Amino acid sequence: MLDAVRDKLDAGKRLDRAEGRWLLTEAPLVDVGALAQEARFRRIPERRVTFVIDSNPNYTNVCVTDCQFCAFYRKPGHPEAYTLTVEQVMDKVAFAAERGATTVLLQGGHNPALPLHYYLSLVRETRRRFPSVTPHFFTASELCTVAEVSSLPVAEVLARLKEAGQSTLPGGGAEILSERVRRRIEPKKGGPAAWLDVHREAHRQGFRSTATMMYGHVETPEDVLDHLDAIRALQDEHGGFTAFVPWSFKPGNTLLEKWIKQYQGGSAYLRMLGASRLYLDNFPHVQASWFSEGKRAGQVALSWGADDFGGTLFEENVHAAADYVNKTTVDEIITLIRDAGFTPAQRTTEYEILRAY
Amino acid sequence: MPRRRLERRGCVSGPTLAPALALRERESAIPEPESLDSVNPATYNQTDQSVHSFPEAAMSVAVSHASSLFRDGRLLPVWDKVRARERLSREDGRLLFETADLHGLGRMADLAKSRLYGDQVFFVLNRYVNPTNVCVLSCSFCDFARKKGEAGAFENSIEDVLEMIKPGTREAHIVGGHHPDWPFEYFERMIAAIHAARPETQIKAFTAAEVDYWWRRWKIEPREALTRLKRAGLHSMPGGGAEIFSPRLAKLLRYSGKADADRWCEIHGIAHSLGIKTNATMLYGHVETMDERVEHLLRLREQQDRSGGFLTFIPLAYQIGDTKLVQRQTPPTDDLRTIAASRLLLDNFPHVEAYWVMIGQETASLALHFGASDVNGTLEDEKIAHMAKAESPAGLAQEQILRMIRDAGKVPVERDALYNVVRVWN
Repeated sequence: MLDAVRDKLDAGKRLDRAEGRWLLTEAPLVDVGALAQEARFRRIPERRVTFVIDSNPNYTNVCVTDCQFCAFYRKPGHPEAYTLTVEQVMDKVAFAAERGATTVLLQGGHNPALPLHYYLSLVRETRRRFPSVTPHFFTASELCTVAEVSSLPVAEVLARLKEAGQSTLPGGGAEILSERVRRRIEPKKGGPAAWLDVHREAHRQGFRSTATMMYGHVETPEDVLDHLDAIRALQDEHGGFTAFVPWSFKPGNTLLEKWIKQYQGGSAYLRMLGASRLYLDNFPHVQASWFSEGKRAGQVALSWGADDFGGTLFEENVHAAADYVNKTTVDEIITLIRDAGFTPAQRTTEYEILRAY
Repeated sequence: MPRRRLERRGCVSGPTLAPALALRERESAIPEPESLDSVNPATYNQTDQSVHSFPEAAMSVAVSHASSLFRDGRLLPVWDKVRARERLSREDGRLLFETADLHGLGRMADLAKSRLYGDQVFFVLNRYVNPTNVCVLSCSFCDFARKKGEAGAFENSIEDVLEMIKPGTREAHIVGGHHPDWPFEYFERMIAAIHAARPETQIKAFTAAEVDYWWRRWKIEPREALTRLKRAGLHSMPGGGAEIFSPRLAKLLRYSGKADADRWCEIHGIAHSLGIKTNATMLYGHVETMDERVEHLLRLREQQDRSGGFLTFIPLAYQIGDTKLVQRQTPPTDDLRTIAASRLLLDNFPHVEAYWVMIGQETASLALHFGASDVNGTLEDEKIAHMAKAESPAGLAQEQILRMIRDAGKVPVERDALYNVVRVWN
């Protein structure tokens, strides 16, 4: 199998499911890394690793979807439930902008009380007040909620957001794009098609977006392959994905914690990254998450196919709700990338290089 | 599990453990079908296949071609040697520390490790005990030592030490400062008291540096000291105090008042001749050169050829703490490289350890793909690294150790201080 994968890599051919399965299950971990680095350097020959200065605030934790893996949400009416006003969100954007952020990744729960103009105002006001900040707002499932609440098609919601100044979407909420898994851990969020349809429509309208994957809960390698197949096929349609970002499920304070006590470690992470880099032959970038997997695992990930180190995440509340906290600074990110043997470069939301170090 | 079988698998280090030759004999015994039923034949076969799935022909293809297994073609002759179980040279060692091909290194080291133990990784339920941190030395890399009367200095009585070792502890790891007033007899009494109170606990105590200090301070010859300690109940010796064998660094980092390479090796040789198994360490990731690392490893290999009693080599990543010899801890890729290079160079050492206290649990887990066959143990109440602000927890529960090993897809094997198998956690 190693030979088959290597030959395909040499010939620039696409890996099939059996080869993907081998990478996800049986392949020696160092071989997955060696092959993934080969693929990475073919795409990006320089030893450059990008990062973005960003922040991940949230506008509401009110959510009606009750996902089993989530420690962040509160049901409407819960004493800890909150929804920020547009001004309060702008304070958070200002906090990030003052620290040099070029991206603000804003997401929240599925709050049926919020009207479309709330979302449009967030985009418009961010654009107007902070021209240096790209509003990287609202995941696919939030947009489905907006569409439902405002009785408009998703396409129309996206068009309005675009008109308000938005041009990228974050890739969260994908979890594992498999019917079986989503029925088990997020039955109210809709099947894989819901997520894929939003991104398809967004790409059609010229948005760029990322694709994420949260593994390490109830999925099997087949489910992971379903996920990778689905996003690879979608990328073939419009090429709108900038990057793939996998991370491990953190069970703290979630409903799934009862069955799954610990998150998967570095070996699983490197395998997932390396296999994705090889399988997703049409994705420009694969991101190493220093944040979710730890700084040292993040550094090693740069030798397992990742060419991006994620963001500074000045604010983050979702992992924090699962008692998982990790902080950094721009200087530290630059140092971590250098120590791992690569050249750091600051990028925009859409992966254009702003500054090479 | 019959002892004979364990010996052939390299799990037992009884008096039969002679250096390179014995190790190779055991290695060659592994693929024999009857040895497979001892532990988890399924994973054994799997490892074997993955090792042999690299076709010979693929090894010789042009290096610049992507189909080569090695990005750095200079590793190909080394790979040939590793597969043929030939000893690596000094130049090979330098290349291992120089190459950018981390995966190539990992692949070679993983073969060397898997050949010995398949998918097994060893750990021990142990307790860390420091009788005192009072020390006459002032090594530049140390955050642990205190002068007598200084804030933070501690001196434990024998009763205190006994308190620390709970009944049922498999191994007690005992090391301390060079205390100027404690006579050798105090340590002898301590070992005897532990042995009497906790006969089930194997006592791994005193670095060669401490043994050397008893000579400097009290004129007790190492042979006499170790003979008496063994009689009192000492089982084995830890590998600390080696730092880096380099007169340049000993002077620069002010550890020249400590056993040097010759003396450190001499004392371990004496221990081995008395039937006391020992470990060896190397403190890396500060201001040493890669050549100094290679020389250190070769010196240990030479000593092992001579006396054969080393069980495990433990690379110790320098912790910045307050001593700050360098700005930052060495990156995880350097830890993986060092472990892999050690596994490959130290062909006569039964084990190379991923010491999670220094490199963190995540990197330790990854190191199990880079030649490490041991993760030390639960290490209840570790102090030396933690006084240097190590980020890892001071001690891990057994389930966390199992997780660290299983995360890497390996099979945890609980061992005692001498690598007798206590339990295989399938």
